[in-house]
Amino acid sequence: MYKLSGVTKNYQKGRDTVHALRGVDLVIEDGEWLAIQGRTGHGKSTLLMILGGLDQPTSGIVEFNGQDLTQLRETQLTAVRAASIGFIFQTFNLVPTLSAQENVETALAPQRIAPAQRRTLAARALEEVGLADRARHLPSELSGGQQQRVAIARALVKEPKVLLADEPTGNLDEGTRDDIIGLLESLWRERGLTMVMVTHDSSVARRAQRLGIMKNGRLSIKQDTRNDTSTNDTGSNKAMDASAG
Amino acid sequence: MFFTYLRRELSRRRRQASFIVMGIAVGIGLVITVTAAAAGVKDAQGTVLHSLYGVGTDVTVTQKATAGSGAPAGFRVGGGSAKAGTKFTRDNLVGAGMGTLKASSVSAISQLKHVSAAAGGLTLTDTRLSGTIPSSTSGGFGAPSGGGGGSSSFKINSFSVDGVDLSAGKVGVLSSGKITSGHTFYTSEANSDDALVTSDYATANSLKTGSAVTIAGTKFTVIGIVTVPAGTSSADMFIPLARAQALAGLKGYVNTIYVAADSASNISSVSAEISSLLPKATVTTSSSLASEVSGSLSSAGSLANNLGKWLAVAVLIAAFCLAALLMMAAVSRRVREFGTLKALGWQSRRVIAQVMGEALAMGVIGGVVGVGLGFGGAGLVDALAPKLSATAGSPTAASSGGAGSFGPGGGGGGGGFSKLAASAEHTVTVHLTAPVTVEAVLLAVLLAIVGGLAAGSLGGWRAARLRPAAALGRLE
Repeated sequence: MYKLSGVTKNYQKGRDTVHALRGVDLVIEDGEWLAIQGRTGHGKSTLLMILGGLDQPTSGIVEFNGQDLTQLRETQLTAVRAASIGFIFQTFNLVPTLSAQENVETALAPQRIAPAQRRTLAARALEEVGLADRARHLPSELSGGQQQRVAIARALVKEPKVLLADEPTGNLDEGTRDDIIGLLESLWRERGLTMVMVTHDSSVARRAQRLGIMKNGRLSIKQDTRNDTSTNDTGSNKAMDASAG
Repeated sequence: MFFTYLRRELSRRRRQASFIVMGIAVGIGLVITVTAAAAGVKDAQGTVLHSLYGVGTDVTVTQKATAGSGAPAGFRVGGGSAKAGTKFTRDNLVGAGMGTLKASSVSAISQLKHVSAAAGGLTLTDTRLSGTIPSSTSGGFGAPSGGGGGSSSFKINSFSVDGVDLSAGKVGVLSSGKITSGHTFYTSEANSDDALVTSDYATANSLKTGSAVTIAGTKFTVIGIVTVPAGTSSADMFIPLARAQALAGLKGYVNTIYVAADSASNISSVSAEISSLLPKATVTTSSSLASEVSGSLSSAGSLANNLGKWLAVAVLIAAFCLAALLMMAAVSRRVREFGTLKALGWQSRRVIAQVMGEALAMGVIGGVVGVGLGFGGAGLVDALAPKLSATAGSPTAASSGGAGSFGPGGGGGGGGFSKLAASAEHTVTVHLTAPVTVEAVLLAVLLAIVGGLAAGSLGGWRAARLRPAAALGRLE
């Protein structure tokens, strides 16, 4: 799905240059679940933004399905996101003035689908996340967990190839966190999604097939259970060779 | 999706949106009210012209008075030595401080292109001096009514007379009058000693249909009473033009020509043609009269055209600037929201369209409310209907016709009477209205749309420049 070669990202902060990513090499296979951990400010979310085409690297190549995202114009990147990439954010990022169903419909708006069909697809997506009865509620009328479910429905309604999640359980309590991760995991399995998740939570990270650690802009793979036939639900930790970035 | 999002967003920012809408509404309302008031002033100016020169008259032609022009004038109290104690009455009919034009000019003008009608008229003043020759031998006469040596008193009465062309049709001073008693002139009465008297003069002098009046020493019969628009300083009496010319010694002359154009759009060209035909004449249209009118109507016109117009423009600009600033502020507050939408696959133009749609909606709502306010403002002006006065022309000394002279048998004693002053000044009172035209409403709506788009474009530009990663606040 993804192939990153020598990706760097630098920011100018006043007189200083911040090296957010330093030569990251990474291959993400189709249907893989990659979790990325690391301390704040070490480049996790920057990497996620680059994977999603929301930001461009300073140098390097980002291949997505054989297409180099660094060579695309803004409108082309937006079109790729519209068709193939779903996002989930820590703060849910729902439009406060739209209902749950209308928020899900916003993901379908760029695809020129007839309004009636759009409503049907949105309703179905909400049903899949268990919120069919909350379709008309505004985000302010939903709990944190419910809002994140709406966000998941919004991310998946267009049937993307990739789901990028930035701290999806960061603002949730423990019980709700487990619900959400469980939901994501089941959707990942059912749909054969490629999922990349940034998280601080080790218990969440351990559930992924692969765990990468971002430190000072460099990525190292700590865990890789892709070829392990046993399930990884309990978070068993197999040490593997790291591929330094 | 577009309209739902737009509606919900405006509803969320109700207070801010109302602020913007009201700002635009006040600006638009002012534009409509000022435009309506300006139209009302223009109508009032037209009414002034029509009141002075009659409905249907678009252009008037006059001539400035020069020394010695006009009718010969003078009061002579018999030839030879008049005995002291002799009673006398003398009538003097002279032009009202205006120069004269050849009557043949009327037919020349009527043949010009775009002229539908032309008629000549004579505006005259009849001054009657009556009294008793004083017995003083020291010469000179005292002032009228008891001044001077010896027992003498003099009375001076004057009234204005208009000689009207009976074939004038809808042009001329009489065209704005209404017959309330008797009848108007028949064309067969062109040389008859018949007169129409205005209702005000008739009431003041106890005249009615059938009464006798003396004009320039000639007895006329009142054939009808005519009411002229209130406030017009028009003639007290009307007589056939030919009789006026004969009595004033102005045969073959007129001092005003009234012209009607075949359409309002040709008034300027008719005016130019007449100026070309009669280079020394003064050609007046309602728009040129407007520049000569003094009084509160003139002030109201200046107020509407200058202060009012610029005030409306200033308020509108301020409202649109405020709307633009508030839109940009709103976009800044929704950075994360727009960043998320871009992350979901919304192209920049879609986000911009959403922002501009919100601004345009506020502009249109403001425009609609503004049109209502404008109608309200114009309605208030109509309801108050303030009285405005307009004075056209200026007082002139009656240099035409020469100085009046008095004396027994042609001798002139010292002293004398002050020259008779005849006024060419007309004062008209009109009620100001404020008609709202379709053009004003369309202009207002257009301004509201343009203003909304302009305000939204700044917010849209701000939204377009958002980088999704920066908007989502992930600068790690």
